Amino acid sequence: MSEHGHLWQNGPELDGQIPPGAIENKWDDLRFSMKLVAPANRRHYHVIVVGSGLAGASVATALGEQGYRVSCFCFQDSPRRAHSVAAQGGINAAKNYRNDGDSIRRLFYDTVKGGDYRSRESNTYRLAQISTEIIDQCVAQGVPFAREYGGYLDNRSFGGVQVSRTFYARGQTGQQLLLGAYQSLTRQIAAGQVEMHVRSEMLDLIVVDGIARGIVVRNLLTGEIRAVLGDAVVLATGGYSNVFFLSTNAKGCNVTAIWRAYRKGAVFANPCYTQIHPTCIPPSGSHQSKLTLMSESLRNDGRIWVPRHPGDTRSPNAVPEPDRYYFLEEKYPSFGNLVPRDVASRNAKQVVDEGMGVGPQQNGVYLDFSEAMERLGRGTIEQRYGNLFDMYHSITGEDPYAVPMRIYPAVHYTMGGLWVDYQLQSNVPGLFVLGEANFSDHGANRLGASALMQGLADGYFIAPYTIGNYLAGIDQTAVTADAPEVTGAIADVRNRLSALLGIQGRRTALSLHRELGQIMWEQCGMARTAESLSTAQAQLQGLRESFWNELYVPGDAGSLNQNLEFAGRVADLIELGELLVLDALHREESCGGHFREESQTADGEAKRNDEEFSYVAGWAWQGEGAAPMLRREPLAFEAVRLSERSYS
Amino acid sequence: MKLHLRVWRQSSAEDRGRFEDYELDDVSPDSSFLEMLDLLNEQLLEQRKMPVAFDHDCREGICGMCGLMIDGTAHGPVPGHTVCQLHMRHFKDGDRIVIEPWRVAAFPVVQDLVVDRGSFDRILQRGGFISFATGTAPEANSILIPKDRVDTAMDAATCIGCGACAAACPNGSATLFTAAKIGHLGHLPQGQPERYQRVMGMVGQMDAEGFGGCTNVGACTSVCPKEIGQDFISQMNRDYRRAVLGRTGD
Ligand SMILES: Cc1cc2nc3c(=O)[nH]c(=O)nc-3n(C[C@H](O)[C@H](O)[C@H](O)COP(=O)(O)OP(=O)(O)OC[C@H]3O[C@@H](n4cnc5c(N)ncnc54)[C@H](O)[C@@H]3O)c2cc1C
Ligand code: SF4
Ligand code: FES
Repeated sequence: MSEHGHLWQNGPELDGQIPPGAIENKWDDLRFSMKLVAPANRRHYHVIVVGSGLAGASVATALGEQGYRVSCFCFQDSPRRAHSVAAQGGINAAKNYRNDGDSIRRLFYDTVKGGDYRSRESNTYRLAQISTEIIDQCVAQGVPFAREYGGYLDNRSFGGVQVSRTFYARGQTGQQLLLGAYQSLTRQIAAGQVEMHVRSEMLDLIVVDGIARGIVVRNLLTGEIRAVLGDAVVLATGGYSNVFFLSTNAKGCNVTAIWRAYRKGAVFANPCYTQIHPTCIPPSGSHQSKLTLMSESLRNDGRIWVPRHPGDTRSPNAVPEPDRYYFLEEKYPSFGNLVPRDVASRNAKQVVDEGMGVGPQQNGVYLDFSEAMERLGRGTIEQRYGNLFDMYHSITGEDPYAVPMRIYPAVHYTMGGLWVDYQLQSNVPGLFVLGEANFSDHGANRLGASALMQGLADGYFIAPYTIGNYLAGIDQTAVTADAPEVTGAIADVRNRLSALLGIQGRRTALSLHRELGQIMWEQCGMARTAESLSTAQAQLQGLRESFWNELYVPGDAGSLNQNLEFAGRVADLIELGELLVLDALHREESCGGHFREESQTADGEAKRNDEEFSYVAGWAWQGEGAAPMLRREPLAFEAVRLSERSYS
Repeated sequence: MKLHLRVWRQSSAEDRGRFEDYELDDVSPDSSFLEMLDLLNEQLLEQRKMPVAFDHDCREGICGMCGLMIDGTAHGPVPGHTVCQLHMRHFKDGDRIVIEPWRVAAFPVVQDLVVDRGSFDRILQRGGFISFATGTAPEANSILIPKDRVDTAMDAATCIGCGACAAACPNGSATLFTAAKIGHLGHLPQGQPERYQRVMGMVGQMDAEGFGGCTNVGACTSVCPKEIGQDFISQMNRDYRRAVLGRTGD
């Protein structure tokens, strides 16, 4: 590590403020010790919530119901469109409805193990505890989860676990959960408790005397820039997978809100932990603007294979059984096709790199349902996955009932995000971070169906308590609109927009974003080396210079200007890319989604180095051009034993 | 392939707007319709012209953000698809394609192909939810729901709020959208207590927003990317009549 010493400076450790006591009691004990705001006083507090996905909509609703004044912001034209809507597969909960040995402890254990022992134990335990309440909440909202004939809720199993604990609503679980959350939010909007601001983008965080006191927002329709001041700020702004350009995320997903907060002092944790999802449709050409996920649930019934001999160009149905290489089933007999995402992805990359890739661009592996259709009948498969099969058909023009699907890994989720303590508060007091935007629960790899669970746990059942506790303890003077921190932040935002418009070069934001994605995917994708990461550093620096010298954004900042919005997001993604690469370079071990080729076992599995790297890497901004500061939060494991993750 | 595009351009709500013609080369049949528009916008930027504004986000048919009239059809020629899911293989080399925004009184044009669908959110604010406070929910399996009922509720709940139904309707009616939410909640036991209040509130708001009335034309269902059926409209009308007549004690 020391040879990279000039790339960062070491700073003081971070304290996650984990409550004392047995892991089962921490959350309960803490809740009991929390200060409460008297119901009649709650309307005197104003909470700013940025984001209307599962995390944002749920916290805004819960705080509104409790009587706080809430302002909620999103950049889409309606809160119902947040990217959570796109989640397909399902949401986990330790209900043990199947009586198959599930329990809170098992969900906790699976999540810590799945995260390759790089998450904070206490947070993960709490997530598992809360999981069951979430399902109750969603059912009460009218979420039409799949049911069995007896009217009871149905479950299925999802990658990386051996129990059936995933609740789902066809292949549209995220949509139904988000609509449930949106409906409850709508009720609070109608009641006047939540003021909703759509087509509004947060472009800066306002920090006064070290405390988060507001945000700067641009109205995307009128271009109006204003400060919104409050008593606490919640960022629930989602993930930053689009730093790779091609990802399964919606086009609008970006890092701006948390990146601007980082530049205002919030610590950014584990940016290099990115998840590559094994089951996406491979790119079809240079026009490609995003990748489409085929839900992981497909791996329950589909079998993954490639032709055993490189260069075998026979059509899949003509390849006889002995010539098929079911690489996951052969290498991991007990989990087979259900190994965690990172393991499945890396193995797919390996066979494609070895020349066994399939499809016109030889950039995929087969996901084959023929055996399942024989066993269960086409009807069952149609019922389970019909809409996914239709989606595949419409995108590729191929019928997956007749020929196996082609899949390949794509970037899907970012485990990293702003650092938060046990109460989901960042190191900047008054700034809370929820959902995919924080780093908290998934370690170095997230298990399927756990992000929806986390977003709703954070928003409905954790932050409403901890924010209340924070508000009850503050004694703050009102910030006025003419405070220098406020006018300064507004001026910074204005200047930055003018700078973007003023370059008047010849390159489009889209071409720069594509180039960013290429660098990230090639040098810092599924496999990383010190060499590839150093190359990425040089390339990203060059890209940043090109961006600020060659960008062309037309029009002005005084009305809807989609290109201007996009350019600002790309600028932040490039800067984030640099931090992500630095984090990947500094972490000289492999863990979960972060695979350093230098650190692997004899049979090519990720090899952790607990001695040196059993910590959360928190990065603190030190100013333009200065090396960031690395603040570590050591990870202690008391309830689970650190062990090598094995799925064989 | 090569395409001749005729695209609606309107700089703001105040601008009267006009069609402009563009030629586009080298469009891949494997690209999506929105990727084709990306290509057009890159070409416009190269010519230092304003790109065409259009709404989109997920690009996989689920967020409901996208929506265009393509040759007069909402979401274009392939049934059951949003415009972001439409692929150029459904067009031919040399085709002439006319692209317009939704044209509905209650969806004012913001810029080019972008419209304001805030009226949909306001309809839902009049009852498109179940009232209860976070944390008070009973154990999930204490509410048993027959599978066919939940499946029907789900059919309605898949509405993505895109607005194609209103755009396709000769009366500019939001009936299918409204009926979908009423159908979703109305098929669930949790939705019963507020059933009639909901239908009164939402239908009232639909009218207040300036959406037209429903005359059973059926154009909405044929363009609906989620293929939400007319039966939900009949059910909503039944509930509405009962609510108006005060015969809600079934
Ligand atoms: C295709 C796909 C499938 C998935 N399937 C599953 C699954 O089956 N199970 C599972 O558990 N997880 C799944 N995930 C992951 C999961 O959907 C997400 O991690 C989760 O929904 C994120 O929720 P969120 O509330 O944190 O953020 P989001 O839903 O992304 O919401 C972000 C919100 O922040 C707003 N916002 C962002 N920046 C700004 C800004 N600067 N100013 C104002 N507003 C801003 C946006 O408008 C939006 O409202 C899937 C993800 C993808 C991409
Ligand atoms: S009913 Fe169909 S067309 Fe209308 S908004 Fe919903 S999904 Fe779109
Ligand atoms: S962009 Fe989301 S539905 Fe088309």
